[in-house]
Amino acid sequence: MKNCEYQQIDPRALGTSNTRTPTTLPCGRKNSQRLRRKWEVFPGNNRFYCDGRIMLASQCGVLPVTIGLIFITSGLFFTFDCPFLVDHLTVFIPVIGGVLFVFVVVTLLQTSFTDPGILPRALPDEAVDIERQIDNSGSSTYRPPPRTKEILINDQVVKLKYCFTCKMFRPPRTSHCSLCDNCVERFDHHCPWVGNCVGKRNYRFFYAFIVSLSFLTSFIFGCVITHLTLRSQIVNGFHTYLVASNLTTNEDIKGSWSSKRGEESGNPYTHNSIFTNCCVVLCGPLPPSLIDRRGFLPPDDAPQAVTSDTELPPFIAKNDTNMEENCQEFANSCTA
Amino acid sequence: MATEFHNLQELRHSASLATKVFIQRDYSDGTICKFQTKFPAELDSRIERSLFEETVKTLNCYYAEAEKIGGQSYLEGCLACATAYIIFLCMETRYEKILKKISMFIQEQNEKIYAPRGLLLTDPIERGMRVIEISIFEDSGSTSSSSSGSSPSSSTAQ
Repeated sequence: MKNCEYQQIDPRALGTSNTRTPTTLPCGRKNSQRLRRKWEVFPGNNRFYCDGRIMLASQCGVLPVTIGLIFITSGLFFTFDCPFLVDHLTVFIPVIGGVLFVFVVVTLLQTSFTDPGILPRALPDEAVDIERQIDNSGSSTYRPPPRTKEILINDQVVKLKYCFTCKMFRPPRTSHCSLCDNCVERFDHHCPWVGNCVGKRNYRFFYAFIVSLSFLTSFIFGCVITHLTLRSQIVNGFHTYLVASNLTTNEDIKGSWSSKRGEESGNPYTHNSIFTNCCVVLCGPLPPSLIDRRGFLPPDDAPQAVTSDTELPPFIAKNDTNMEENCQEFANSCTA
Repeated sequence: MATEFHNLQELRHSASLATKVFIQRDYSDGTICKFQTKFPAELDSRIERSLFEETVKTLNCYYAEAEKIGGQSYLEGCLACATAYIIFLCMETRYEKILKKISMFIQEQNEKIYAPRGLLLTDPIERGMRVIEISIFEDSGSTSSSSSGSSPSSSTAQ
């Protein structure tokens, strides 16, 4: 009764076991050891947690980086942008951000922890049967099965490849992932960002993750821009007002011209047109610098003394010594 | 064709596994789950062709229903998407419900049709939906096996 093939005979054990519930050996003998779960002997390159409920590829890639980036960015958003935007805009900003964040995290975890559609490897009986079917000639010499089998799908020829690791002909659209060492149905790709293969069973979670992540990123980006714009409006908007009314900050703060609130009617410099004011302030002629930074000082024996009584024209030809002498003489003549 | 009718209990104690037959997938309609209805030669002496084909066709119908794309599947999918798929933690999917029905169907077929003929169907889900495995048992020790005290180790151990 030790023959494990007798396990198949009991229909109750077969019919009710969904490969998830442990069953006693059908011979009626309870194993004194703890019954092992199938995940403990799973041949692929996967890691299992929570007694087989959660699975990951053993090469989980940069999943921690992905999670870290999402949490840090969102954390900064909620800490710094949300309080300001709640005051200035609406309380729905953090609500929408929160919903998107939860959606992103949940779909990411589902993509990472869900079985992507792994095909269990063929049992030895099956593998032998497949080889026997192929090797119909009855040759006694062992010959490995041919690598492809052609079938007709909707009147189109499709080649099925034989997987030497899993010992079976792969169904259409199935591919063997070398990182996880599993055949995966409707294999899309192995994504290092989520640390798992993307296949038939988790493609929808993956798609939901990338779409919601793009919404979350755009939303956070938009909120940050709005935040910065609102803060800088204090500067930008204010000065736009000054330019349009040909005022200075100093005049505005002191209220030099405005007798009533919001009116600049007392300003003598305004051109009474916003457009003209803007043109004049922003596009008017640029006056030259008056301080002559690079001009040479006169030599020490002829100091350039300017007393309060003299009036020197401001734009003398500066390097002209004769001119200086002339002016000096003129100055002396005036005071004489 | 001497068919000796047993029930499953007797089968367990007296029969030994002779061989297994694997019914492969039929991909002519794409990737949907469908099994070939070609009658294997090994079962020629064990079961009527019509019974076998009926079983496989019914299984194919069950799987087609599970994978059917329609109003109910869309509703289930959209509801799941809206709840970020958390609803799958509380709710059984339509596919899982139909898999349970299939399991009951196979058990019933085994009890009524296959076990009396010394055959046993294995649920395809146990084999990764790759094959329907049919185990063929040879009757060793035959009619005297009805006694419960039959020594099982004598001739049945493999």
